[in-house]
Amino acid sequence: MNIHVQNNPAQAKMTSMHLEDVTVDFPIYNAKSRSLKNQVFSFATGGTIGSNSEGHVIIRGLENVNLSLNEGERLGLVGHNGSGKTTLLRVMSGVYHPSGGRILINGKCTSLINISLGIDPEATGRENIAIRGALLGFKKRDLAVHQKDIEDFSELGNFLDMPVRTYSTGMQLRLAFAISTVIQPEILIMDEWLATGDQSFQEKANERLHDLVNKTKILIVASHSKDLLVKNCTRIVWLEHGRIRMDGDAESVATAYFDHH
Amino acid sequence: MTRATAQRITAWKDVWDSIANFQLPALLGWQDVAQRYRRSKVGAFWLTINMGVLIGALGLVFGTIFNSPMSEFLPFICVGLIVWGYFSQLVNEGCTCFISSSDTMLQLPIPFFTYVLRTWWRNTIILAHNLVIFPIILLIFGKFVNFYAILVVPGFFFVSLNILWMMVVLAIICTRYRDLTQIIQNIMQVGLYLTPVMWEPSRLPAGARSMLMLNLNPFYHLISVVRDPLLGNPGTLINWCVVVAMAVVGWAVALLLLNRYRSRITYWL
Repeated sequence: MNIHVQNNPAQAKMTSMHLEDVTVDFPIYNAKSRSLKNQVFSFATGGTIGSNSEGHVIIRGLENVNLSLNEGERLGLVGHNGSGKTTLLRVMSGVYHPSGGRILINGKCTSLINISLGIDPEATGRENIAIRGALLGFKKRDLAVHQKDIEDFSELGNFLDMPVRTYSTGMQLRLAFAISTVIQPEILIMDEWLATGDQSFQEKANERLHDLVNKTKILIVASHSKDLLVKNCTRIVWLEHGRIRMDGDAESVATAYFDHH
Repeated sequence: MTRATAQRITAWKDVWDSIANFQLPALLGWQDVAQRYRRSKVGAFWLTINMGVLIGALGLVFGTIFNSPMSEFLPFICVGLIVWGYFSQLVNEGCTCFISSSDTMLQLPIPFFTYVLRTWWRNTIILAHNLVIFPIILLIFGKFVNFYAILVVPGFFFVSLNILWMMVVLAIICTRYRDLTQIIQNIMQVGLYLTPVMWEPSRLPAGARSMLMLNLNPFYHLISVVRDPLLGNPGTLINWCVVVAMAVVGWAVALLLLNRYRSRITYWL
């Protein structure tokens, strides 16, 4: 993950992300094609007869997506369920390697798709800060700098030494949110706007999220909320069946998409 | 502050980045063990107690069957069972180490070898727990390890190298073919009887067939380079040669496989 190349002004590139003809094909395996035994037997018996009933279906998740993001852009993603939003976010965060086309990313990239990832209910709040922090790419000493900030922000007090399973849902979210937002990525990828907890915490959380978003150079957020997208994004891409149906400034795409439904 | 994400991450880079950031697998592996301590004070030592009972019972039965002196046989079966337990646990968990981390793998671009290292580290900590049985048994019989015991260090190093490449290969293939995990579990079960763990290699009748049966079994060599030094002899030259050669060839295969299929693994999850 976070690999820092020295900050050499002569070579310093602008943060950017380029997708060229990105195509993603999902192989869909059924129990049969997931079985080594069946594969071996179908090979031994010639394979041709079995190949149709083999169930090796391919679904196209993304098709020829071309997208260039430059420093300062705030991209919103809209589309139905299954239109390829999550797939695109995963390609952008480096989890899926496109089956066709290429992607170039300049910049430190972090995805906050599920902020509770890696939270272990049996471990204490403090231990979870260490685990989640390490997963986000913090070294121990880097995390120590943020430790106090996370603890204060989560408002958990003495609960930090209790197992997370004893927390209420709101407290768990507060902890996850506090840890996940200490990152300082150049490219931030989010699935839905993260705002959590009760009223007073929500305001605080929103403020912090805005801070984070303002500090990042490129923001990519998938959302179903028009207000949010128009308020935070400079550009919106509308995905349909894995293809870009519309790409343009936030206002016009949002209007087109939300009127369409 | 720039970072260019290359089109493909090579296997070599994946493995190297994982090792360079060993903090992460060490923390995750340690948390897995710590889990056992949270609800019980004895924690991972429960496993050690189980292992101790197993060693005592099997040692008594097989020592009596083979009519071996207990002072010889019990240390032998003790190291054997502990090391075998470590092997089989690693191989079996290696099969599922990508599948069981799929949530994380689908969200964060952490190098994949990290998950293998996590499994290795967790089991190595448990091995360290189980190892306390050995000095206890030595004490009971008033024995002590000799100078050769130092060879356990390179022995363990090469054993780990070998197990790690096996885990990489299995993790990749088992993610694609889910039934392989069961096949591997069966193989490891049979392997316990094929490998001299509960019977001493010297019990085999002399002859080419016995030698073949031993030498063709990779686990015989792996277990020997750790067990023999602890029992006071350096192990045979064949043992050491096979273990080193297997590590080199195995890693070459594992890296090639990882390089070829790395970008497909997340699609198989």
